[in-house]
Amino acid sequence: MRNHQRGLARGRAALAVTSAAALLGATACNGEDPFDGSELLVAAVWTGAEQENFEEVLALFEEESGHRVTYDDTGEDTAAYLGPRLEAGEAPDVAMLPQPGLMAEYAEQGDLEPLSETVLDEVDANYVDYWQELGTVDGHAYGVMLKAAHKSLIWYRPEAFENAGVEPPDTYDELVGGVAPALAEAGETPFAMCGSDGWTLTDWFENVYLSQAGPERYDQLLEREIAWTDDSVVTALETLAEIWADESLMHGGTDGAVGTGFPDCVTDVYGTEDAAMVYEGDFVAASAEEAGAVVGEDARAFTFPAVGDEAPVVLGGDIAVAMTEEEAAQELLAFLATPEAGTAWAQQGGFLSPNDNVDVEAYPDEFTQGLAESVHQAGDDVRYDLSDQLPSGFGATEGSGMWATLQDFLRDPGDPEAIAEELEEDAAAAHGNGSDEDDD
Amino acid sequence: MAQGGDTAEHRGQEPSELSAPTAAGRLGPPPWLGAVFLLPALVFLGAFMLYPIGYSAWRSLFDASGDTFVGLDNYVTIFTNPDTFIALRNNVIWVVVAPIVVTAVGLVFAVLTERIRWATAFKIVVFMPMAISFLASGVIFRLVYEQDPDRGLANAVLTTVSDTVSAPSPYPGASPRDDAGLHPAEGGYTLDAEVAPGQDPVLLPLVGLPPDDLPSEAEPATVPEPQESAITGTVWLDFTPGAEGTQGVIDPDERGMPQMRVEVLDGDAVAAEAVTGPDGTFVVPELTADTYTVRLAADNFTEPYRGVNWLGPTLVTPAIIGAYVWVWAGFAMVLISAGLAAIPREALEAARVDGATEWQVFRRVTVPLLSPVLLVVFVTLMIYVLKIFDLVFVIAPGDVQRDANVLALEMWRVSFGGPNDQGLGSALAIFLLVLVIPAMIFQVRRFRQERAQ
Repeated sequence: MRNHQRGLARGRAALAVTSAAALLGATACNGEDPFDGSELLVAAVWTGAEQENFEEVLALFEEESGHRVTYDDTGEDTAAYLGPRLEAGEAPDVAMLPQPGLMAEYAEQGDLEPLSETVLDEVDANYVDYWQELGTVDGHAYGVMLKAAHKSLIWYRPEAFENAGVEPPDTYDELVGGVAPALAEAGETPFAMCGSDGWTLTDWFENVYLSQAGPERYDQLLEREIAWTDDSVVTALETLAEIWADESLMHGGTDGAVGTGFPDCVTDVYGTEDAAMVYEGDFVAASAEEAGAVVGEDARAFTFPAVGDEAPVVLGGDIAVAMTEEEAAQELLAFLATPEAGTAWAQQGGFLSPNDNVDVEAYPDEFTQGLAESVHQAGDDVRYDLSDQLPSGFGATEGSGMWATLQDFLRDPGDPEAIAEELEEDAAAAHGNGSDEDDD
Repeated sequence: MAQGGDTAEHRGQEPSELSAPTAAGRLGPPPWLGAVFLLPALVFLGAFMLYPIGYSAWRSLFDASGDTFVGLDNYVTIFTNPDTFIALRNNVIWVVVAPIVVTAVGLVFAVLTERIRWATAFKIVVFMPMAISFLASGVIFRLVYEQDPDRGLANAVLTTVSDTVSAPSPYPGASPRDDAGLHPAEGGYTLDAEVAPGQDPVLLPLVGLPPDDLPSEAEPATVPEPQESAITGTVWLDFTPGAEGTQGVIDPDERGMPQMRVEVLDGDAVAAEAVTGPDGTFVVPELTADTYTVRLAADNFTEPYRGVNWLGPTLVTPAIIGAYVWVWAGFAMVLISAGLAAIPREALEAARVDGATEWQVFRRVTVPLLSPVLLVVFVTLMIYVLKIFDLVFVIAPGDVQRDANVLALEMWRVSFGGPNDQGLGSALAIFLLVLVIPAMIFQVRRFRQERAQ
C-alpha cells in the first residue's frame, strides 16, 4: 500500500499542468461582505501542484458560499493522519480518503456524517449509479468520489511500435497474438513487468477479470458471493498466463519480471529502452518523465485492450467524506460534486473526474481527454480498484494475500487452479478477521 | 527487560537494608530519601518498560479488534500459520549463522590487523559501516544485490568475470520465425530439409534482434553462387524496421549476420563447419556424401550470463546476512582486538619457543585465552540478531518479503503493515521477549561476576 500511494501521488503531480490563471478571470467578485461564514478544515493527500489546483477550486467555493476553507495535507498515510485526530476529537471537517475500505471502517466506527439531501441530489444528478453505491456503507451514503486515477492503461514506446510496424491493439488477443510477437521479431522485448510490487499484479488481474467476466462478477467476487476458485478467476489467470508464462515476452525473463519493482519497470521502457510496454495507471507519467521521456510524444499509453466484449475501465481515487456535523462541510461536498467545480478543476490539468457531467473538452490536454472519454464510455461498467476494496490483509499487504499469491503465479504460472485455491484461502482468512469485527 | 527491572529493585533495596542498622546513629540519610531519589527511575521503568510489556502480554490474548478474548490462540497461530512459521525458521537461521560468522570474521580481522603496519587505518575502514544507519546500509545493499548487472555491483562483478572467462555469444535471443523452415535443436536451430552439396544456396533467416545490435562489420546480405560439392548459403537478419520487408526474402536493407557458426552434419556427427562472412554468406567445401543437415550452432545463441538472483526466494536470507556481516564485522573486530591486547604475550612467546606453529598458537593459545571476549561478542550479537528488522525490511523486495521474513518484521507487518492484527503482533512481541530473556540473563550474570571481581 505504501508504494501504491506513492505511485498515485506521483501520478497526480505528473499530470499536473498548472494553468490557474484561467480560473481567476472566470469568477466574479462579490464585493467585501463582513465574514459571517464557517471555518472549514479540509484534509487530503495532495501536495505541490495538485494542492495548488485544489486550493483554486476551494477558493471558488469560498467566493460562492462565504465560508473560509483551510487545506491541510495528510502526508502519505491518510489513516495515520486521521487516526490520532479522531481520537482527540479534532477531525477535519472534510477528508479525502484514498480507499473505500477506509471509508467503510470510519463509517462503522461512527466517525462519518452521512451526506445531506443537497449533496445526494447533486451526486444523483452527476454521477453514474456505481459511484453512488461505492460511497454507501450499510445503506447510508457517506462519500463522493472526487478525483480518479485511471488504472486501465498500457504505456508504450511509440518508436518501438513504429519499428515493429504495429499499432496499439483493441483486443487482448491482438496484443498477445499480434503486437507482442511482432515486437519480439523486431528485437524489442514486449513487456517490462513491475512484479516485485504486488499491487501492479493485482491491477493486471483486475483489468483482465473486469473485461472478461464482466462488472457483475467483479462485484460478486468482491462481495464474496462467488469464491476465488470460481471458473472465471481461473480463466482470468489463464489469460494472464498468455503473457506471464512466456519468458521471452518479459524483460529479464521470469526473474526480471518478479524482481523488478515500480518505477524501475517504467525506467526499463523509457530510460534504458529495454522493453516496449509497461502496464500501470496514469501515474506512470511521472516516472516516465523522470526517466527522460516526454509524455504524449515518446511516452504514450493506450487503454487496456478488451479481453471480453468490453474494454475494462478500472479506477482508483479519492473519496470525499464529511467528518464533522458542520453544515458548511455538506455545502462544500455538494459544491465539489457539481460539474462546475469538476470543470474548473479539470481545466487546471492533473485531474480526472468521475463526474459524468464534466465535459471531456474541459481537460487541457489530449491525453487526459482520452482518459475522460474512456471513463464516460464505460459509464456504469466502470469499477473501483478491487484490491483496494478488499480487507487490507488480503488485498494490500506486502508479502501476503493477493500480492504474494499473484507473485507466485508470475513466478510459476503452471497451475492456475492451485493459485485460485490459494487466493480463496487467503480471502477466507482475511474476511474471517473482518467479519469478527463486524459482529462487534 | 524484565531482568533489568529486577536489578534496579535489588539496587534499590540494598542501600536501605544497609542503612537500617545505622539508622539509630543517624549517620546516613533517612531511608525515605533513598526512595525519593529512586522514584523517577522507578516511574520511568514502570511507564516505559513494565507497563508496555504487561499490556502487550494482555493484548496478545485478544483478537485483532481487541474485544474478544481468544486465550492462547495467537500463540498457536505463530507456530501454525505458514507466514509466521517461515519468519520463525528464518530467525533460527539468523541466530545460528549471523553471530558465528560475524564473530569469526571479526576474530580474523582482529588477529590479522595485529600484524600489519597500517592497522589503525584498516580498523577504521572495517569499522566504518557501524557509523551508517541500518536503513542506509539496507539501501546500499539493495543496490549491490540488484539483478541487472548494469545496476547491481555483485552481479556486475560476476558477469565481468564470467565474460572474461568465456566470451559472450554474438546473437543471444535471435531465433527463426515459426514458419521459416528451421526447428530448434540442442540449443541451436536445424534446417528442416536436408541439403545436397552443389544445390542452390540455403537461406537461413533469423529475427528477434534489434538491427542496431548487429556487429558493425555486418554488410547487406547477399546470396552466394552455388559451388560444386559445397554447401553455400546466407544467414541474415530478416527484418526491416517497420516490418516492411518480405519474410524469407533478402530485402535491400537487410544485413547479413557475420561470425555465425554453421555446422554441417552427416547423420548425427558434425562433418564440417563454417563461419559466416560480413554479408552473412558461408561456404562449406569438399563435401562427399549425398545429403547433409545444416545447423546453426548453439553457442551462437547462448544467453549471456546474468549473474546470481541474489534477491530471489532462495538466496535472499543469506544475502541479507551478508549485509549484516558487513555492518557488524567492525564491531566484533574492535572488541576482539581489545581482548587480544590484554592477552599475556608470555603465553604466546612460550608456545612459540616450545615450537608451536602459528596456527597452533592461534588455535590452542589465542582463541582459548580470548574465549570470554568471544562469548560476550557472540551473545551480544545474538540479542541484536533476534530483533533484526530494518535490513530485511529494506533489502528484501516485495515479492520475497515473505521468504525473507523474520519475527520482528512479521510483528510489525501483522500489527501495522496491513492486517492490523495487534493481537497476533503482541503475541509475536512477547514471544521475541521470551527468546531474548536467556541471553539477557546470561549478560546480566556476567556483569555481576565482573563487578564481583
